[in-house]
Amino acid sequence: MSIAITTQFICFTVLSLVVIIGALGVVLLESIVYSAFLLGGVFMSVAGLYLLLNASFVAAAQVLVYVGAVNVLIIFAIMLVNKKEDLKPINDIKSRRVISTSICLTLLSLLIRVDLTNVWSLSSPQNSIGEESTIRIGEHLFSDYLLPFEVASVLLLMAMIGAIVLARRDVMTKDISTGLPVDQELIEKSPEPLLTNKN
Amino acid sequence: MEYGLDLEYSFNEFLKGFGLSSEIAHIIWLPLPMLLVLVAAVVGVLVTVWLERKISAAAQQRIGPEYAGALGVLQPIADGLKLLVKEDIIPAKADGILFTAGPILVLVPVILSWLIVPFGQNLLISNVGIGIFLWIALSSIQPIGLLMSGYASNNKYSLLGGLRAAAQSISYEIPLALSVLAIVLMTNSLSTVDIVNQQSGAGILSWNIWRQPVGFIVFWICALAECERLPFDLPEAEEELVAGYQTEYAGMKFALFYLGSYINLILSALLVSILYLGGWGFPIPVELIAKFLNLPINAPFIQVFTASLGIVMTVLKAYLLVFIAILLRWTTPRVRIDQLLDLGWKFLLPISLANLLITAGLKLAFPQFFGG
Repeated sequence: MSIAITTQFICFTVLSLVVIIGALGVVLLESIVYSAFLLGGVFMSVAGLYLLLNASFVAAAQVLVYVGAVNVLIIFAIMLVNKKEDLKPINDIKSRRVISTSICLTLLSLLIRVDLTNVWSLSSPQNSIGEESTIRIGEHLFSDYLLPFEVASVLLLMAMIGAIVLARRDVMTKDISTGLPVDQELIEKSPEPLLTNKN
Repeated sequence: MEYGLDLEYSFNEFLKGFGLSSEIAHIIWLPLPMLLVLVAAVVGVLVTVWLERKISAAAQQRIGPEYAGALGVLQPIADGLKLLVKEDIIPAKADGILFTAGPILVLVPVILSWLIVPFGQNLLISNVGIGIFLWIALSSIQPIGLLMSGYASNNKYSLLGGLRAAAQSISYEIPLALSVLAIVLMTNSLSTVDIVNQQSGAGILSWNIWRQPVGFIVFWICALAECERLPFDLPEAEEELVAGYQTEYAGMKFALFYLGSYINLILSALLVSILYLGGWGFPIPVELIAKFLNLPINAPFIQVFTASLGIVMTVLKAYLLVFIAILLRWTTPRVRIDQLLDLGWKFLLPISLANLLITAGLKLAFPQFFGG
């Protein structure tokens, strides 16, 4: 076995272990902050797997989009609403766990079946495109995948406008939670007085 | 355009002379440029810290460090030693694991980004095809480290600082990436070596700064914001937040943040010089000078000379920009958080989008000037 293949094997083993253990941690850990940071680790290791498959552009895009944007926003949201309160105990927790485990196992068996029955066309390392892939991805995005590409951008635009409408208070004249008319002058004004008189 | 020193090839040939296989030679070669670049980055930080102290002193009519070495040049080393031997404190109510992982996550992506900084045709660690995109992707990991250390410190000022850092970093990444995209559009490649070669046609006249003046200014502002340098140092605004996410840190962990921010500053300056100021190119093309003096460009002596000239030019341009950044830090007031976000989203983003569109149009109209 040559040095390159050994290195690749070690990297693959380590990355796969990190992905599996990290993903289990995301689901099973009690602390939501740890889950969010572990999710970032899982995304990074997936990017590493792409890198092993010679898809450097996809790996960098994975880091930029999933780690740099999605995961940062998740952590950001968790920290902005970081309430230290215990979750309410659920009565029928055992039966819920059984149901969710069986659903997950069914999905897993489906995936394993697809993996075993599908005939994978493995390309040899000689005809992998490597650095060319950036150009090839661009060509595909603007020719045969143009419609999905544009539809995705419309979807993102809709989400963005929705977020702006939800965040802007002057769109609505009444506060949803209290029913009082919204003060249009000062958006940052607190609904409760900040300093309470303790005398 | 394949000329210039290829140290890797010569080194491997040299080792093969001793009867080693090419694989072993490659493994012996691999750590050398990495170590060299790491040492260069750390020395660069020491120089920048000294410059910062001296220039800030001059801006405030003080003398600055004077006793440690001539003109105080050993002061940064003394600072570093002090930080190395200080006690490493983890606050009692802090989250130990995240508290330790935070500074590492801030520093590692910055050092990894040095992978793509070229000092000459073959004088870089790896000419990866995605080049400059790798830097953009790696620099987007940093806010996670900042949020992590802000949260783990269990201190409201740290958390606020971390949140500010992440918000700032996300908002300024977009105009930064768009102005890089305009350059990539002109080069037809993401590789930093190709970007420099595309500017090397006519010396100073062919530098990208003349074709992308708007992109240059947008990139520089965004790079300063990403480095959290003073007009934009809100995450660590000392009057409001003590020291932001660094408040609870001491000793070597604080030093990691410190190193990270200065390495990032030098890296940004290097990338501005690569993207807009011709990289390792001399203001007058070296080929023209060699032709004028009747010297063969491929002779070993000339190659060593041009390679050293290239390194000197890259470092010179980068430090000129570092000087401007330091001068800006000590002469401009800090912006408010709403002004910062307004500048990023309402001014720089539309401008860089328009710049990208205009560049695309000009590329179609004048392919000989804007890359065919």
